[in-house]
Amino acid sequence: MADIVLDKVSKRFPDGTTAVQDVDLEIADGEFVILVGPSGCGKSTTLNMIAGLEDISSGELRIAGERVNDKAPRDRDIAMVFQSYALYPNMTVRENMAFPLRLAKMDKETINQKVEEAAKVLELTALLDRKPANLSGGQRQRVAMGRAIVRQPKAFLMDEPLSNLDAKLRVQMRTVVSRLQKQLGTTTVYVTHDQTEAMTLGDRVVIMRGGAVQQVGPPQELYDHPRNLFVAGFIGSPSMNFLHAKVEEGRLRTALGDVPIGERVRRELEAGDAPRELILGVRPEHFEDAALIDDETRARGVEFEAPVDIVESMGSDKYVYFTVEGERATAAELEELAADAGAADFAGAGSNLVTRLSAESPVREGENRRVWFNLEKIHLFDPGSGRNLTLHEGRSAGALAD
Amino acid sequence: MSVNATPAGAEAAAEAEQPTGKHAAVPAQRARRGAGAPLSDNKRAERRLGWLLCAPAALVMVLVTAYPILYSVWLSLQRFDLRFPDERQFVGLENYVTVLTNDFWWTAFGVTMLITVVTVAVELVLGMGLALIMHRTLVGRGIVRTAALIPYGIVTVVAAFSWRYAWTPGTGYLANLFDGSAPLTERASSLAIIMLAEIWKTTPFMALLLMAGLALVPEDLLKAASTDGATAWQRFTKVMLPVMKPAILVALLFRTLDAFRVFDNIFVLTNGGNETSSVSMLAYNNLIRGLNLGIGSTMSVLIFITVAIIAFVFVKLFGTAAPGSDDGERR
Ligand SMILES: Nc1ncnc2c1ncn2[C@@H]1O[C@H](COP(=O)(O)OP(=O)(O)OP(=O)(O)O)[C@@H](O)[C@H]1O
Ligand SMILES: [Mg+2]
Repeated sequence: MADIVLDKVSKRFPDGTTAVQDVDLEIADGEFVILVGPSGCGKSTTLNMIAGLEDISSGELRIAGERVNDKAPRDRDIAMVFQSYALYPNMTVRENMAFPLRLAKMDKETINQKVEEAAKVLELTALLDRKPANLSGGQRQRVAMGRAIVRQPKAFLMDEPLSNLDAKLRVQMRTVVSRLQKQLGTTTVYVTHDQTEAMTLGDRVVIMRGGAVQQVGPPQELYDHPRNLFVAGFIGSPSMNFLHAKVEEGRLRTALGDVPIGERVRRELEAGDAPRELILGVRPEHFEDAALIDDETRARGVEFEAPVDIVESMGSDKYVYFTVEGERATAAELEELAADAGAADFAGAGSNLVTRLSAESPVREGENRRVWFNLEKIHLFDPGSGRNLTLHEGRSAGALAD
Repeated sequence: MSVNATPAGAEAAAEAEQPTGKHAAVPAQRARRGAGAPLSDNKRAERRLGWLLCAPAALVMVLVTAYPILYSVWLSLQRFDLRFPDERQFVGLENYVTVLTNDFWWTAFGVTMLITVVTVAVELVLGMGLALIMHRTLVGRGIVRTAALIPYGIVTVVAAFSWRYAWTPGTGYLANLFDGSAPLTERASSLAIIMLAEIWKTTPFMALLLMAGLALVPEDLLKAASTDGATAWQRFTKVMLPVMKPAILVALLFRTLDAFRVFDNIFVLTNGGNETSSVSMLAYNNLIRGLNLGIGSTMSVLIFITVAIIAFVFVKLFGTAAPGSDDGERR
């Protein structure tokens, strides 16, 4: 077990691609850290550099305080789990799991004991003499995990280990991974492009974009206090609603009506290079049916009326989709997120609004509904730099804060 | 149409399930039986079409291979020397006794075996090296591959002549390197030169087949082995070779069969002098030069049988070579 420190680590490929740029990251001993981001953002490359499978172009990598830039993978004492599982097809499950131990020249007795132990933890005992070809996807995945844990390495590196499983199995294996990591207390770096996995699994989440780290923090912090537009849009499902907002006469003109702003945001906007146009971000759960709230709550937000497109009743609450007229929010980050999500979420004329209302709301499709949203929870972003203007000392305080 | 669609779908599903192993075989069979009645007509028609499509090729094969083989077998059972056509008569296995008790035959057989084993072994090692180089090179891949394949593209006889001239005392540059000695007049050095020529010519072919095998090794598998603690050599022997085994066996089979029939290099380089004849040379000498159809045919049949045995052994090895097959060897 050990801590892992990345100190300004960069990776440039021979063809000139910069896949990873100046990544600073300190992973504490026993911590479970998730690397997440859209496809091609350099997650695998970062992991491969930690494993020693890719050279580090510049910067320093330390495992347990020791610089390992020039060490071969076999001398770093880390175990890796691959998306493809990478099981040796010619070996049985037992031989696969024993392989790292045999290479470490342990005696047969110890090897057998360790393999049996790991097999028991992962419920593989009955499968020990099968070949990988005769296993199901979930079983192969567990063998790959088993091969990683038998050795008790300093750290686990996992590159999208659950991506090849079907949805149900993935949820199941997620808890297996989580429990295993807590049990063993081994430092783990886990790569995924699934933000649900990122939110549920890790102690801390690292969000990457184009080879650079965007924000690092516990999942809830990233959710509540996103540092920029990209993080705000990436974390959360359904994702945050983004609307075009114009600064006029000390108010924000938006498709949801005028929004007042507090002292702090006003000061931000009075700076010389402050943008005149902003992007307003509201999460679905910060909307509520205007008929259901008391006056005190009402005072903390504003109301608007819009036609209801679709109502999805989830039992505990309702997802209600609105279409609002007006200019759409545009920014490089949003386009990137849309491309990663398959563009479906951000298409269409006007803006699509996703809201999560109480189950008691009598909202029906086709009607015009009055909806309230919480000004203390909204975010304002600079469309040029993507910066969250409502963030103060790492906390987001909404539009009204003084 | 809709009646057919369902069983066909079930069949496809059953087929898709099969690779998961023995357990899947039962539902697969059940599905097939369940769909049996409406399918059988269909299936029979399909099978008939299959035979019809094979027929022309099978017919040609019979005409061009089966007939000569059977005719050789027939000839090998007769005393039949074109110089004495009147003495032709059926003698049963007498020719086989003659050949198999003859020292020339066994010398040639030994030479052939030696050439086969040595050349194939050396080619395997060199070919693997070449394949690894071609697989790994990032710059000028095309040029490297083309250059490596040139020897294989040259007509054997032409290449053999250039070897012969190179080793001819006085004029040859290679012979001059060795103080103008005449290596092609001695048995050991002649054999060495023959093997060298063979290896030079066919290593690229071996490399090409092995490179196809290398492409079968997933990159992740090698990465996994690296993090599991394997050295480069261990990655090669414990991960690459087992995964490549089927490709290696195919390459070995092709080359062994080819090498066993070695002819042109010997014909040009030594013409079989100094006991350097291969079995093919011997058969040629008896058949074409000696005009002894009986003995020559007997030798041809013996060569055919040996080749068939080699092929059989290799094919047996293939059966269990597929990765993940349950009846594969266990350590
Ligand atoms: N060998 C290489 N040569 C050049 N560029 C490469 C190489 N490998 C990766 N890249 C580039 O580096 C970038 C990061 O790749 P990486 O594999 O780390 O992405 P990723 O975040 O793991 O994506 P995914 O979620 O799709 O796996 C990509 O733009 C990719 O095209
Ligand atoms: Mg990746």
